[in-house]
Amino acid sequence: MDFRFSEREEMLRKSVREFAENEVTPKMEAMEETGEFPTELLEPMGKLGITGVITPTEYDGVGLGYVARTIVLEELGRVCAAMPMALQVHHMACAAINDFGTDAQKKRFLPPLAKGETMGCVPVTDPTGGSDVIGMKTSAELKGDKYVLNGRKCFATNTHTSDFWVVIARTAEGAKGLSAFIVEKDAPGAKVGRKENKFGLRGANTGELAFDSCEVPKENLLGQEGGGLAVAIKTISETGRTGMAATALGILTAAYEQAGKFASERVLYGKPISALQAIQFYMAEIYSQLEICRLLCYRASWMKDQNMRCDNETALAKYYTCEAAVNAAKRAIEIHGSYGIMREYTVQRLLRDAMVTVPAGGTAEIAKVVLGRAALSPFKK
Amino acid sequence: MEICVVVKRIIVCTKPVPDPKLWDKVSVDPVTRTLKRQGIPSIINPLDKHALEAALSIQEAQGGEVVLLSMAPTFTTSTLREGLAMGADRAVLLSDPLFAGSDTLATAHILAAGCRWIGQFDLILCGNFTIDGSTAQVGSQLAEFLDLPNVMHVIDLDWQATHTMIITQKIEHGYTKLRASLPVVLSIRKELNRPRYIPFAGIIAAESKEIEVLTNDDLRIDPTLIGLEGSPTKMAGLEIRRFERARERLEGSVDEIVQKLVDKIYQYGVI
Repeated sequence: MDFRFSEREEMLRKSVREFAENEVTPKMEAMEETGEFPTELLEPMGKLGITGVITPTEYDGVGLGYVARTIVLEELGRVCAAMPMALQVHHMACAAINDFGTDAQKKRFLPPLAKGETMGCVPVTDPTGGSDVIGMKTSAELKGDKYVLNGRKCFATNTHTSDFWVVIARTAEGAKGLSAFIVEKDAPGAKVGRKENKFGLRGANTGELAFDSCEVPKENLLGQEGGGLAVAIKTISETGRTGMAATALGILTAAYEQAGKFASERVLYGKPISALQAIQFYMAEIYSQLEICRLLCYRASWMKDQNMRCDNETALAKYYTCEAAVNAAKRAIEIHGSYGIMREYTVQRLLRDAMVTVPAGGTAEIAKVVLGRAALSPFKK
Repeated sequence: MEICVVVKRIIVCTKPVPDPKLWDKVSVDPVTRTLKRQGIPSIINPLDKHALEAALSIQEAQGGEVVLLSMAPTFTTSTLREGLAMGADRAVLLSDPLFAGSDTLATAHILAAGCRWIGQFDLILCGNFTIDGSTAQVGSQLAEFLDLPNVMHVIDLDWQATHTMIITQKIEHGYTKLRASLPVVLSIRKELNRPRYIPFAGIIAAESKEIEVLTNDDLRIDPTLIGLEGSPTKMAGLEIRRFERARERLEGSVDEIVQKLVDKIYQYGVI
């Protein structure tokens, strides 16, 4: 077992770190103010390989896989977690089309996603709730050579910055009655709705989509009719959860760095507060969480790269890392004292961002359902 | 502007320098009085990245080959790999225990031998200075040994329809425009360009690119010209300077303290 990163992975991390520190940092104030994703960074991220990191080279990606993607998302999240939030959803669209698309769909939709010409978006959640996927109401009915979609999607990331969306809709009753569609934003009857005003991950655009007799060509069906649940589950489980976990891992890394720096510089009683055992214990908690979560996140991503079944591991990484990011950010604020709740200090943003990762991309409770099932399966009679 | 200058090979001199974020971990060898770099991660000297970016831009416009040239210990190859990932075609590392302790003059001898070994070239680009030594001498010394012109403080490059290039050189209160024939050695300032980030595709491509390691057996430089022996720069001594205000406590009665203070004021020429 070799836990070291390869020279390739180390260089990848260096590349993304430099990009994030130099290019994302100047955008953060506007992202926090407006809640808008800096779409002007899409082109440079496309050139670098960030947007196409998991997309095969034959579709203009770099095909580096999920460990590389986790490095990318962690490093972006270390600087500004809204970036990996938006990008991990972008990657979900890439994965869904790559895993379930026809050759024609891949040739048409993957290159612009890989090159950063547009963003990916996978709206699954109906207003009736995201956890109850099978209970969704958004419908699709085949009429001639078109599907006609009716309904609404909410809390979807990248709605307003995408040229097309991978939408899950109901074509029949029951779990086998869901289907996936690539819906283009200029499709008749498709409309972007309100933008949400979140308290964290503000630079990741979250919005609503409305379909009013929206016409989608039959060739935009993704996978088989009735295969929508498989598209949703595989994409959320493998790409979504690893992505959310990596986003939270970036927040954890930032919390560790911010807390450590402050503790070493802040002097009380004539010495840095890092000399106080209470602060050392807080730092030990943050450090332990970071190390544990790194192992969980990279193991899950590595298993995905090996084509191993990894739904339990991705659920564990997502659930544990998002909760740990919240706890670490709170501890980092406590180490900062009153400075920690001031807007000019990073740690308050880390807590806001971390709290958004908990319900996003599948709630902690749904992850625990998966883990409970895994925990009890050896004892099942 | 029409481009008719054909550049077939550009050599970019790069130096691995200790990561400035870890400068507090760098120590000095008390015997050789040189920096102990082992164990400290290296980065490409920042201005050398600007030189590489210039070379890659020229290559994108005109083709040709970009060769990285470095004199360094073999444990620093990651910086050359990074340069290859940015887009350079090949890298030549000059590494031999005989080279250790070389000052700028000896380094220039070694780099000049490396350039001759590489063969025909049209341009040599260097960073204007390195962030560890900051002497800004190697580019000019290298040019001298190769019998080539050198322009320092380069902030812009332009090509003319003749076999020349127009170089903008920053001077103290403005700039000078110079015309140069190739080959020429240019020392690049950061104003020239913005180095590209390492593209992921470049990282993969770099894995199959060659880093040629040469020793003095390949270069055959007179050993008296290189290393500590060939370095006229001798460090006379080494001390840690503390920049602290002088503090002195004046004792006695109030009148005595005031008198002492007045004396000090006169003594230090304050009034």
